[in-house]
Amino acid sequence: MITVSGLSKNFVLHNQGGAVIPVMRDAALCVAPGECVGLTGASGAGKSTLMRMVYGNYLADHGMIRVGNLDVAQAAPRQIIALRRETLGYVSQFLRVVPRVPTLEVVAEPLLALGHDRTQALARARDLLARLNIPERLWPLSPTTFSGGEQQRVNIARGFAHAYPALLLDEPTASLDAANREVVLTLIEEAKARGAAILGIFHDEAARVRVCDRVVDVTRFTPGMVA
Amino acid sequence: MTPLLQVRDLTKHYGARIGCADVSFDLYPGEVMGIVGESGSGKSTLLGCLAGHLEADRGQVLFDTRSDGPRDMRAMSEPERRMLSRTDLAFVHQNPRDGLRMGVSAGGNVGERLMAVGARHYGGIRAQALDWLSRVEIAEDRIDDRPSAFSGGMQQRLQIARNLVTGPRLVFMDEPTGGLDVSVQARLLDLLRGLVREMGLSAVIVTHDLAVVRLLADRLMVMKSGHVVEAGLTDQVLDDPQHGYTQLLVSSVLQV
Repeated sequence: MITVSGLSKNFVLHNQGGAVIPVMRDAALCVAPGECVGLTGASGAGKSTLMRMVYGNYLADHGMIRVGNLDVAQAAPRQIIALRRETLGYVSQFLRVVPRVPTLEVVAEPLLALGHDRTQALARARDLLARLNIPERLWPLSPTTFSGGEQQRVNIARGFAHAYPALLLDEPTASLDAANREVVLTLIEEAKARGAAILGIFHDEAARVRVCDRVVDVTRFTPGMVA
Repeated sequence: MTPLLQVRDLTKHYGARIGCADVSFDLYPGEVMGIVGESGSGKSTLLGCLAGHLEADRGQVLFDTRSDGPRDMRAMSEPERRMLSRTDLAFVHQNPRDGLRMGVSAGGNVGERLMAVGARHYGGIRAQALDWLSRVEIAEDRIDDRPSAFSGGMQQRLQIARNLVTGPRLVFMDEPTGGLDVSVQARLLDLLRGLVREMGLSAVIVTHDLAVVRLLADRLMVMKSGHVVEAGLTDQVLDDPQHGYTQLLVSSVLQV
């Protein structure tokens, strides 16, 4: 479902003397449907960079990033927009939303964008928020004022609202208590069971061991580092 | 799918100075494109040329018309262009006073646009005006007030209602949240996002506010000295800018 090969990237800082910083060399990995692959490596090795490139958030200089039938490295913006709407979900570490939009709408939005029936979309959002222990009295409020942990759970609910065939998870269990961590791990296991291909970053080692079928050490792809 | 708007090599000079030069892009139905750049970078000139408010020197602006498919708006006759602006296009000005009739009631401002495209039934027009005032969160009992009695944020919402009541397919916006305080901006952003999704609108939004484009626009063009220096997915351009100018722009934003 996700295949990366020969992927390379430099950052060029034009306003800092044109410094060229190589961040990725010949990265390769694949994730099959129903499989969860964890990215490992020290901080700064390029885990998030690789994940952002798969999402189309960072540009690739060379190589291929195939998600479903699309090569993200070559795709036009509107193809990536369609891919993100239908196929590729992403739970980032930070929630970014339009202020004032109620939590329930924030979570239902991916389904509404796909043209799902409003009643069903909201029902799915309620179900996820309840499972993630967000108190019902918070649902009509904007998540911008929530605590860090609550925002993260809203972000997770939003990321799991639609049954994406491919899913990127950036530290989904960070800053969660034991009960909520368990809910998130169960959501990941359910997504795998329905056939989702998942690529994740988990600093939480026990979580990684539990949900990941394999790990890929990105240090192998870090220029100037020997694995 | 046919792009709603295909722009090719659009260029305008002011005498020897460049307004905008060789701008090309496609905009598809339902897409929102942001244009950012510092003052004087040519973004408002480009918007004016697209909307037909300014006469470009050369280039094409192909609009996918409902009856005849893509046609160059620059080559249309004046009546054709005027009819297209009434039925399919809308323009939201930075200053609501430029887009509203200040001497006419709020309801009149909205109803007038309906009459321009042929609506004649007073009850129907008033009902639709009321519906649109409520969609932009203006209380029903303000329908007979003039916009001069409204706050800046309300005027801007009224301008949006006036522009969208006829169900246009493409909306041009010039700094729609400029000059409003942040709480009012947030409300307007929420409103615009909802309308874009419900109506399947396409939009071109000029702004210098990177936070606004990140939340509203699917795609982004960065302009400098009349030229497009970078274009792509909004979050990609903001998070992994390739051009030195964009890197400077992004790194210059103050964190709150």
